[in-house]
Amino acid sequence: MKKWWRGIPGACAMLVGGGAWAQVNDMPGGPKVNQLNLHEGVTQIAHDVMWLHWMMLAICVVIFIGVFGVMFYSIWAHRKSRGAVSATFHEHVGVEVAWTVIPFIIVIAMALPATKAVVAMKDTSSPDVTIKATGYQWKWGYEYLDGAANGVKFYSNLSTPRAQIENREPKGEFYLMEVDNPMVVPVDQKVRIITTAVDVIHSWMIPDFGVKQDAIPGFLRDTWFRAEKVGTYRGQCAELCGKDHAFMPIVVTVLSKEDYAKWADEQKKKMAAQADDPNKDWTEPELIARGEKVYGANCVVCHQATGKGVPGSFPALDGDHIVLGPKAEQIKTVLLGHPGTAMPAFGGQLNDVEIASVITYTRHAWDNKGKGQDPTVKPADVKGAR
Amino acid sequence: MSSVTVDHVSPGHGHDDHHHAMPTGWRRWLFATNHKDIGTMYLIFSFVMLLEGGTLALLLRTELFEPGLQFFRPELFNQFTTMHGLVMVFGAIMPAFVGFANWMIPLQVGASDMAFARMNNFSFWLLPVAALILTASFFAPGGATAAGWTLYAPLSLQMGPGMDMAIFAMHIMGASSIMGAINVIVTILNMRAPGMTLMKMPLFCWTWLITAFLLIAVMPVLAAAITMVLTDRHFGTGFFNAAAGGDPVLYQHVFWFFGHPEVYIMILPAFGIVSAVVPAFARKRLFGYASMVYATAAIAVLSFIVWAHHMFTTGMPVTGQLYFMYATMLISIPTGVKVFNWVATMWRGSMTFETPMLFAIGFIFVFTIGGFTGLILSVAPIDIQVQDTYYVVAHFHYVLVAGSLFGLFAGAYYWVPKWTGYMYSEKLGKLHFWFSLLSFNLTFFPMHFLGLAGMPRRYADYAAQFTTFHQIATIGAFWFGLSQLIFLYAILRCFAGKGERASAKPWEGAEGLEWTVPSPAPFHTFVEPPEVK
Repeated sequence: MKKWWRGIPGACAMLVGGGAWAQVNDMPGGPKVNQLNLHEGVTQIAHDVMWLHWMMLAICVVIFIGVFGVMFYSIWAHRKSRGAVSATFHEHVGVEVAWTVIPFIIVIAMALPATKAVVAMKDTSSPDVTIKATGYQWKWGYEYLDGAANGVKFYSNLSTPRAQIENREPKGEFYLMEVDNPMVVPVDQKVRIITTAVDVIHSWMIPDFGVKQDAIPGFLRDTWFRAEKVGTYRGQCAELCGKDHAFMPIVVTVLSKEDYAKWADEQKKKMAAQADDPNKDWTEPELIARGEKVYGANCVVCHQATGKGVPGSFPALDGDHIVLGPKAEQIKTVLLGHPGTAMPAFGGQLNDVEIASVITYTRHAWDNKGKGQDPTVKPADVKGAR
Repeated sequence: MSSVTVDHVSPGHGHDDHHHAMPTGWRRWLFATNHKDIGTMYLIFSFVMLLEGGTLALLLRTELFEPGLQFFRPELFNQFTTMHGLVMVFGAIMPAFVGFANWMIPLQVGASDMAFARMNNFSFWLLPVAALILTASFFAPGGATAAGWTLYAPLSLQMGPGMDMAIFAMHIMGASSIMGAINVIVTILNMRAPGMTLMKMPLFCWTWLITAFLLIAVMPVLAAAITMVLTDRHFGTGFFNAAAGGDPVLYQHVFWFFGHPEVYIMILPAFGIVSAVVPAFARKRLFGYASMVYATAAIAVLSFIVWAHHMFTTGMPVTGQLYFMYATMLISIPTGVKVFNWVATMWRGSMTFETPMLFAIGFIFVFTIGGFTGLILSVAPIDIQVQDTYYVVAHFHYVLVAGSLFGLFAGAYYWVPKWTGYMYSEKLGKLHFWFSLLSFNLTFFPMHFLGLAGMPRRYADYAAQFTTFHQIATIGAFWFGLSQLIFLYAILRCFAGKGERASAKPWEGAEGLEWTVPSPAPFHTFVEPPEVK
C-alpha cells in the first residue's frame, strides 16, 4: 500500500515555493526584510526613542536573567527528586521591603530620560513649514499652510495596483507603501504636521521620523519632525479606520532646500493649470470622460468598477433608484454624504465640475445607460445645490 | 429513609435524603442552583467560546500567511479580528474565571454554596444567550461589527446592525458579570467558615474578591460607553460627533476607564490560582502572603488611574502624557513583588513538576516577558512608536494567553481531580504544556519584531518584508490551536471516569478546605461549616 503521508513534505515544499515570489529586498525608507528592531531613524526624536528602547530593554533583560536565574537554579537544586527538603520560612520584612523599594528606584531612573523625550516630542512651537494632513476613508490629503508651497494641496492615494493585491501580478518593490502624490518636505527644517480627519479616526505614522499622531475628525492635533537626511520615508495608517485601513500608506519625500523650492513652484503652476474653469460649458461626453476618472479615484473602492457595490456593505449604483431618479437627490448625497454609513460628504473634497461629472458618469455607466431621469448634471446644478 | 438521625450526619455523607435530593436530567442544568453545577456550566461555556475565538484567530492567521488578499475581503477580516477579541475577552477568559470562582470559592471558604443561588443561575444562563446574539451578528446585513474589540467611535457608528447586536450582547454579558461579582463578594464576606478570617483565606479568594469589586466598578462604565454609541447611532445624540459638539476621544477615555481595570479583571484571579499551585508543588508555604494581598489591592487601585496610556497617540497635553507614563510605570512594582514572592516560595522548597506546576512556572516565566514589554510600553515615546503595531499585539497576548490562559490551565489540572474524582493523564498534561509553551512563543515572539519594524495591527495585508515572521506566527498559531484539543481530551477523560481514582487530597503539598472533602466533591459540601483554626 502506498503511504499517503509521503506526499506531505513535497506538498509543503510546493506551498512554500509557490509563496516565494521574486526576491524581496529591504525597502528604502520602509521596513527591512525580517527587521528586528525599530527603524534607525532620520530625526533626533527617532534616535532618542531608539536609545530609550535599548536602555529599557537592557535593564529588563538584566532583571529577567537575575530573577529567572534564581528561579531555574531553584528548580534544578530544590527538587524533591534530588532529596530537597522544604524550608519553613514564609516571610521576611527586610527582603520584601528591599524588592519593593529597589524597583521603585529603577523605575524613577527609567522615567527621567523618558520625560526629556516626551517634552521634546510635544514641542511643536516655531515650525519652518506647517502642513495639514487630513485622513479620509481611505487616503490622505495634504495642504501646505505656509512657506514656499503655501496653498498647495493634493490627495495622496495608494498607487499599488489592485492586481498586485489580488495576486494577479507579482508584488512590486514598494508593495502597499507607495502613493501617487507623496508629501514633500525640505531637509533640516522643522515641519509641523497638523492632523485631522473627515470621517473616522486615522493615524499618521512615519517610523523613521519617530512620529505617530492620530487624526481625529473635527479636531486638530499636531506633531513635528526635522528630517536630517534627503530621501523617501514610508509609513502606514495606524488606527483601524474600516475596510481599506491597510491600503492608505503615508509617504514623505525629503528634498534639499533648493529642490523643495523648485517642487513648490511646480506644484503651484500645476494647480493653476489644473483648476477647472467654472465658466466652461461642459458637454455630456466631456463630463462622462472626466467623471470616469473621478469615479476611479474616489468611488471605486466601495461601489466597485462594476457599479455593483458589495452586497450588505456598499450599495450598488447600477440600477439604483437614486441614480436613475431626479438629480437633486443624488447631488445631495454626494455633497453631504449619507450619515451613519461609510458614504462621506464629498462637498469639501471635490469641486463642482468633478461632482457634476462623476454623477453624470454614474448615470451613463453600466446598465444605467442614461435611461433614468436627468441623465446629465451640469456644474451649475451642483453649485446651486451647495 | 426518613430517619431522625439525618440531622447528625457529617458533611460529605448521606446527602441523598429527601431534603437535598439531587435534580436529574435537563432540569438539573437549566434550573441549576448548585454552585458546582453552575461552575461546570461556566467552564464548558468558556471552553466552547475559546474554540470559537480560536477558530477566528486561525482564520486571521490563514489570511496573513502571505502578503496579498487570498481568502477574505478586508471587511470580513476586520469582522474576524473584532469578534476574536470580543469572544475571547467576554466569552472565554472572563466566564472561565467565574467558573473557577463558583466551583472553588465556596469550597475554599467552607461555605455550602454561593450566597445567591438563583441569581447565580441567571447570571450563567444570560451568557449563552449573549453568545448566540454575538455570533449570530455575523449573519446580519453587513456582517458582524468590524470596529475592533475596542469599538472606537466614530468607526463603530458606521457599522451595520451587527454592531447593535454586539452592543446588546455586551450589555447582557456585563449584567451577568456584575451579578457574578455580587455573588462572589457576598459569599466571601458573609459565608466564611468560623475561624476563617480574611487574612487566612486562600489567595484565590482574595484575588477574586478584589476582581469582583473591579467588575462592579467598571462594567457600568463599559455599558455607558456602548450605550452612547447606540444612541449616537440611532437617536441622533452627538456624544462622539464633533459637528454636534461631541468628541470622538471621549469614547476612548470612557472605554479605557473600563478597559484597563478589565485587563486586571482577567489576570488577578490567575495570580490567585498560581499562588495556590506553586506552594502546593514546592511543599512550602506561600512566601509573603500579606504582601501578596497588598500587592493585589495596589494593582487594583492603580488600574483606575492609568487608562490613558492606551491613548498616547491621541495627542494629550504634555503633562497628561507624563502623568499617565509615571502612573503606569508604578504598576510594575506590585507586579514585581508578586513574581519575587513566587520565586521565593519555590526557593528551598521540595519541588515536583506535575502539569499544574508546569503551567504555573510557564505562567510566571512568560507572563513576566509580557510584564516587561508592558513596562517598555509605558514609556510614552516608545509607546508612540509601537502603538497600534504588532508589538502591542505581542504584549497583550503574552499577558492574556501566557498569563490568564496558562493560569486557567494550571487551575484546571490542579482541581480537576476534585471536580471529577479522577486524575488526568500526566502524559497528556505534559504534552499539552510543552506544546502550548513552545507554540505560544513561536506564534507571538516574532510579533515583537514585526511591531518594532512598524507593522500595524488589524491589517489584512502587509508589505512583503514582513512575510517570514508572519509565516512563523501562522505556523505557531495552528500548532497552538490544535494543542488545545489535547487539553479537551485530557479533561474529557476525567469526566468520563477514565484514569486513576483521585483521593480527597491528591497533591501532597496542597492546602485548603477544598481538599478536606472527598473527590469528586459531593453535590452538597459544608452543609455544616467546618471549624478553621
